[in-house]
Amino acid sequence: MNERILEKLNILADAAKYDVSCASSGTSRPAVKGGIGTATGWGICHSFTPDGRCISLFKILLTNHCIYDCAYCTNRRSNDVKRTAFTPRELAELTIAFYQRNYIEGLFLSSGVMRNPDYTMEQMLRVVKLLREQYRFNGYIHMKAIPGASDNLIAQAGRYADRMSVNLEIPSEENLKLLAPEKNYSEVFAPMRFIQQGMLESAEDRKKFRSAPRFVPAGQSTQLIIGATPANDHQILTLASALYRRPSFKRVYYSGYIPVNNGDSRLPTLAAPPLVRENRLYQADWLMRFYQFKASEIVDESHPDLDLDLDPKMGWALRHPEFFPVDVNSAPYEMILRVPGIGVKSAKLIVASRRYGRLSSTQLKKIGVVMKRAQYFILCRELPMQTVNELTPQYVRRQVTQKQQKRTAELLQYTIEWGE
Amino acid sequence: MILFHYDKTFEGLLSCIFFAYAQKCFPDMILSPSDQQPLFADEQYVVVSDKVKASRVWSSLEKKLSKIARRMMMSVWISGLPETEMLLFRYMCKNIDHPQGVELNFGDTDVLRVKEIAQQVSREAQRLVQFVRFQETADGIWFAPIAPRYNLLPLVVKHFRNRYSSQPWILYDTTRNQGLYWDTHTVHDVSFSPADLAALKLGQLNGDKQSDEEQLIQRMWKEYFRSITIRERLNLKLQQQHMPKKYWKYLTELQQ
Repeated sequence: MNERILEKLNILADAAKYDVSCASSGTSRPAVKGGIGTATGWGICHSFTPDGRCISLFKILLTNHCIYDCAYCTNRRSNDVKRTAFTPRELAELTIAFYQRNYIEGLFLSSGVMRNPDYTMEQMLRVVKLLREQYRFNGYIHMKAIPGASDNLIAQAGRYADRMSVNLEIPSEENLKLLAPEKNYSEVFAPMRFIQQGMLESAEDRKKFRSAPRFVPAGQSTQLIIGATPANDHQILTLASALYRRPSFKRVYYSGYIPVNNGDSRLPTLAAPPLVRENRLYQADWLMRFYQFKASEIVDESHPDLDLDLDPKMGWALRHPEFFPVDVNSAPYEMILRVPGIGVKSAKLIVASRRYGRLSSTQLKKIGVVMKRAQYFILCRELPMQTVNELTPQYVRRQVTQKQQKRTAELLQYTIEWGE
Repeated sequence: MILFHYDKTFEGLLSCIFFAYAQKCFPDMILSPSDQQPLFADEQYVVVSDKVKASRVWSSLEKKLSKIARRMMMSVWISGLPETEMLLFRYMCKNIDHPQGVELNFGDTDVLRVKEIAQQVSREAQRLVQFVRFQETADGIWFAPIAPRYNLLPLVVKHFRNRYSSQPWILYDTTRNQGLYWDTHTVHDVSFSPADLAALKLGQLNGDKQSDEEQLIQRMWKEYFRSITIRERLNLKLQQQHMPKKYWKYLTELQQ
């Protein structure tokens, strides 16, 4: 440990920060004797940076040398930045030092591609091997699979890592070809398929033998950049839902495009990163994963983009007033889940509590239902309130977006109402 | 107004329940010796803790309440909030009176409140697990000062014992002046003298008490924290929402 490592740390952390994935969930690792570390299954965030993102894993590149020249990446070959690389031992020592102080939950190891994919993957493999075998590190490890690396290397890495990921980055192949001429979809999908196959095989083996080795037990994830290409939300969510249909896929991350390379004509110039759109995509993602929505219900050809003023659940509800009002005291769980303002937690509490008596709106409020949004869509113990059907979706829309509009109005001094 | 006096133990509280049902007399307040006495009271009873009676009450509750509900009751007890006694008393009575128990009736204010407090306590315990920062001392012990709102050490000790089983550590609660020391085999109670405590409250060990590498690693962590931030996305409100300021005192990355 010395000053030189501090400088490397600065460069390589700075180069790694655009990867948004940081989850440390999905596996539980009980303590092992003589080792260090555990994993709890639900993930722990150890700090939050001034941009509001969590630090759970020690997110770092092994090197920022790269043979590729992708337009959206800070580490591309043609950029004039300071290049450096950790040795596997330096990185392993640093990880342990941070872990011992409870700074981190584990390591997120990514890398630029130096020499060739196989060489890079081999170096990364040496880091995790050192950590697991020599330092007896039993915390969480998330590792990038380098597209183009041989199956053998990925198979070895999967034995040590808890989660692996390959980033798609660009949601359509023709745009990927435009922005990253050296890459293509088939090379990205190949390791994904391989990881999935390994996972399924290992799960099958572990049914027969409890001691069979685990392979990427926390599944895989990927990342899509939002706003760098003209792809609309319909394309993005359709792609995401196709990925979620694969049994190994746990998360798709959406990363609002931040212009890191100025003056590239292939990329748009944005005043600010598309953070609202990113947020709406995450909301839509949650609807698909926890609220039993299909991608085609959230967006379709006639509404290819998510409404930035409304959350996607409210958007769906306003397009489908015929579905409401939902009587919280008798409707099935799946229908309650579709009411704007009722989340998974409150839906479960409602279903448990209503067996003891009909719930009133005060009780619903206390349980945690956001009545400001839910009031237009539910029936409860009180006399029926005015629902979306009597008030019209246009009116409800105005009501729930009022605050938003007020904020915009403050910015623009005055606004003109265009109606629906 | 009917008052019960008890000895501020959980057993005592269960004995209160037994007493109330035996005498058919339900209190408006349950007071411990340290609580302030009200000026007027119609009837006052001193309830003596009784192991047998307490276990009878507890076993009848065990028949109706799930493990989760019982754990929630213990969390409320740990919270030590002023409303604790009466809330738990009413909660237990409601469960005893209802043939199947009411633990899932979240339309009931007391049931919901028990759940809320239990969630608060477990969130606080989770925050402790997140934001503890160890420093390596010159004699090889890993030291972390903490200042949680509730007395949470018993809830988190298992996590740290498992995670850092082969490194000796001290978790020290600077508000209650008590701590736990793990010597890689067992956990001991420790407490420091007031003079030492004042120094510990600063959150940073003195330079001569730290190990050789400690300063450098702390600097690395601070630099890392700075480098990993995306300037274009600055959102201090969100940061504070996830990591409230009351925890910043002992966070290495936010110390000067």
